Amino acid sequence: MWYYEKKLQYPVRVGSCNPQLAKYLIEQYGGADGELSAALRYLNQRYTIPDKVVGLLTDIGTEEFAHLEMIATMVYKLTKDATPEQMKAAGLGAHYANHEHALYYENAAGSAWTATYIAAKGDPIADLYEDIAAEEKARATYQWIINLSDDPDLNDGLKYLREREIIHSQRFREAVEILKEERDRQIFF
Amino acid sequence: MFTQVKYYQPYNSPNDPCPPVRVKSYQTPPQLYIGFQPPNLQQFSPKQALYCGTLWPAFYSPYPDPDGRNDDK
Repeated sequence: MWYYEKKLQYPVRVGSCNPQLAKYLIEQYGGADGELSAALRYLNQRYTIPDKVVGLLTDIGTEEFAHLEMIATMVYKLTKDATPEQMKAAGLGAHYANHEHALYYENAAGSAWTATYIAAKGDPIADLYEDIAAEEKARATYQWIINLSDDPDLNDGLKYLREREIIHSQRFREAVEILKEERDRQIFF
Repeated sequence: MFTQVKYYQPYNSPNDPCPPVRVKSYQTPPQLYIGFQPPNLQQFSPKQALYCGTLWPAFYSPYPDPDGRNDDK
């Protein structure tokens, strides 16, 4: 089970109403390498991975939900008071027709989130390598969004989230090393 | 010297339609190099750690490149 702390992992500030940027940022909300995909991928893999790394998947999967909440806050603030005309000009006319200002799990191109974004092979090495790749792809996505963004307040939060991807990648790499180590093998002298 | 950004020079045709980017870069952040985290690494102050997103300077990866040599802009 989970306990909920009623605050964001890192404070989110948004400088200006900018639905265009929200359209790009939604990639990290409902995209293939977004935070929702990450959280569900890791938490789901926990059941079929050696005990030594289950806790790591729980911790990182949980933190991904904290990131999801930050992204949601950013997208919400970027679009909160945008007029239908502004939404249309930002390429969000179709989103507005279906969802008004509601958030939706979709990628930057407007495709709805799908479970086919995540894998669960049941092979611990294959799954952890997938997780490392997912972290590097999420890091790259943050880089490209930072490159597109001209909002320094927002970028502060995005840089924080990019750094967390780096730490997660580091921990998954360590998990692979733990599973590779022959600690339980009998040693003869 | 350890750097978190690497550079390469792609081929540019004289007939390329866009103005050529002569030097391109890619990120090579610290987790690619460290392996198992060694014990007793130097730590940031709590406030700085929150700002950086990590407790350890060894894992801190600033972006964009603070040297300002990014090719993309």
